[in-house]
Amino acid sequence: MTTLSAARRKGQSPTARRDRKDWKGWVFIAPFAIVFLAMIVVPVVYAIYLSFFRDQLVGGNAFVGFANYVSVLSDPKFWGSLGRVSLFLVVQVPIMLVLSLIAALALDSARVHGAGFFRIMVFLPYAVPGVVAALIWGFIYGDQFGLAGNINHLLGFDLLQPLSSNWILGSIGNIVTWEFMGYNMLIFYAALKVIPTELYEAAEIDGAGAIRTVFSIKIPAVRGAIVIATIFSIIGSFQLFNEPQLLKPLAPNAISTYFTPNMYAYNLSFSGQQYNYAAAVAIVMGIITAVIAYVVQLRGTSQENR
Amino acid sequence: MKNGLRSARTWRRISTVIAATAMVGGALVACSSTGTGSSGSSDDVAAALAKGGTITYWSWTPSAKDQVAAFEKAYPKVHVKLVNAGTSNDEYTKLQNTIKAGSGAPDVAQIEYFALPQFALSKSLVDLTSFGFDKLKSDYSTGSWNDVNIDGGVYGLPQDSGPMALFYNKAVFDKYGLTVPTTWDQYVADAKKLHAANPDAYITSDTGDAGMATSMIWQAGGHPFTVNGTKVGINLQDSGTKKYTAVWNQLVENKLLSPVAGWSDDWFKGLGNGTIATLVTGAWMPGNFEASVPDGSGNWRVAPMPTYDGKAANAENGGSSQAVLKQSKNQALAAGFLKWLNNSKASTSIFVKSGGFPSTTSDLESSSFLNQAPAYFGGQKINQVLVDGSKNVLSGWSYLPYQVYANSVFSDSFSSAYTNGTSLDPALQSWQKALVSYGNQQGFTVTGK
Repeated sequence: MTTLSAARRKGQSPTARRDRKDWKGWVFIAPFAIVFLAMIVVPVVYAIYLSFFRDQLVGGNAFVGFANYVSVLSDPKFWGSLGRVSLFLVVQVPIMLVLSLIAALALDSARVHGAGFFRIMVFLPYAVPGVVAALIWGFIYGDQFGLAGNINHLLGFDLLQPLSSNWILGSIGNIVTWEFMGYNMLIFYAALKVIPTELYEAAEIDGAGAIRTVFSIKIPAVRGAIVIATIFSIIGSFQLFNEPQLLKPLAPNAISTYFTPNMYAYNLSFSGQQYNYAAAVAIVMGIITAVIAYVVQLRGTSQENR
Repeated sequence: MKNGLRSARTWRRISTVIAATAMVGGALVACSSTGTGSSGSSDDVAAALAKGGTITYWSWTPSAKDQVAAFEKAYPKVHVKLVNAGTSNDEYTKLQNTIKAGSGAPDVAQIEYFALPQFALSKSLVDLTSFGFDKLKSDYSTGSWNDVNIDGGVYGLPQDSGPMALFYNKAVFDKYGLTVPTTWDQYVADAKKLHAANPDAYITSDTGDAGMATSMIWQAGGHPFTVNGTKVGINLQDSGTKKYTAVWNQLVENKLLSPVAGWSDDWFKGLGNGTIATLVTGAWMPGNFEASVPDGSGNWRVAPMPTYDGKAANAENGGSSQAVLKQSKNQALAAGFLKWLNNSKASTSIFVKSGGFPSTTSDLESSSFLNQAPAYFGGQKINQVLVDGSKNVLSGWSYLPYQVYANSVFSDSFSSAYTNGTSLDPALQSWQKALVSYGNQQGFTVTGK
């Protein structure tokens, strides 16, 4: 947006801008810049600084160069956790986004009765704080006295074991899908709303049915929104923390202290006082996330421009 | 107090996320002035109490509020700022951060026995012998006094203690004709008999708990951790440990343990409806039963810990002390408050009244305490059993100087044994490996056998 307005002003009076130094602009972005600097830039720089040291319970602090990074790159716990969230990403994100898209298309089709109510109900889980959501699902998943347990008792055998090691990743995926489906639906729905109606009219004249309209007009038109939602979801998956951390007390043997990269960093620093190593884990994870998100964005937008 | 700790544990783990968020703010706030007070003698303590001042006290003990109020009444010139900085690990994390930041730490803090060595050895706590507190030894039960004695110093005063005992559901025992076990072999026999009679019922629940495992090793006479300054020895296959696994492996391998995680909602229900028939835990448990397992009222009883050879032996499980932080600017005043808190009748009586299990011998031996006969336990004088148990606690146990971390990674090593029902010995070895490598990374000289 800033580039846009700057370009426009430049077009109007290319010379006038020289006298007035751009300090006024800085004033306008100051509230953002200060918070951004204090809450994002400084902590990241500090984390990078920390990651070059090793502070021990005995022996104090010492500069170790890239030793922490070398350890991270050969740490099976780190790669294990990364593999776990990658699997989560590959399975959960497509399911969630497809469901969100279907919900958004259903809303947009104007064939749903009580669309407002439907929209609120799908969106409602997003308004439930993640901590509370994980608690609620923890009760539902309880295989002794929770809903899962009740169903098992009814059937007479253990059909559902949401808190067992084999199920736990899927159980977490279920919570995350429930939580964020409505949010993504709103993004898609908003994108669908701005599609010019002439396109639909044209399609109708061309004899396109509802399904054809969806695939030839609606989905291509919301591609940008899909890319954005995908990037958000990728970042969210790599940063998975709340749900496994909160389910850990219920499933201590299914969720390890290095279940996800964030949990690993958290436990390194807060249980093990390995702040330096945790900082290195966080930086490596940040770089991996940034690279993957960037690749997805590049691919997504290049297809859009094709 | 362990009492509050346990009942709040589930919530505690849930609130770790909140704590983590709060931490960021806390670390920023903590960057103000630094100060180290001077230590002094017992005369200084009296003088400091008379002079007055303000100190900060971190605790999650339910009775802390009443104790502080009573203290301020007795010493009007002293103001105590009571802060609940979280339970157990949450508090230790904050404490560790303030220590690292060099300021922001409280003057007095509650620290559980298993975590005390970690703070003492990192020289964050005041050795209270300088205030003559080593002379208070005879006021406390042997077990709890040993717990605050680290490397020849006194680093805290005991608040409560957790001699272990066997809590059992008498209704279940009567129904299935089980005998109250006095040995672990009988315990295993009961476990088999009960589970065969009712596949939904288990002798106890265990999904792997570091505190429980270390206490069981302690009771079996094991000394897996030896600490001499920064030289640490770890042997999680010593004779005591093997004695413990020889019994417990039978329960794990035969799937005789309820797979319900401790302190979960399901767990409390299981204790109430008879599907979890016994509980081997510390003496602070009765308050939790009454508060969280209403369905079990009248059914539960207390028996001494089963033993390996019929010879009475016991261990501690849980329990807290209070300690004075080195960072305190008024260590004499902090010490004065601490002494009143854990060494005066006025304070310990409040603690006992709130359901705590004391560590002071005068309270442990008082007839009113010993003769309590709670209806929840069918009128049994449970404190007599528990206090008797405290006399048999084996001496010579020590925790690791980084036990907080050790406990936090326990389940990483034990999850597959508990999930698949395989021997605990390989899990203990893997835990040992992790602890040796962590210790060496942290600058200790750790040798694993």
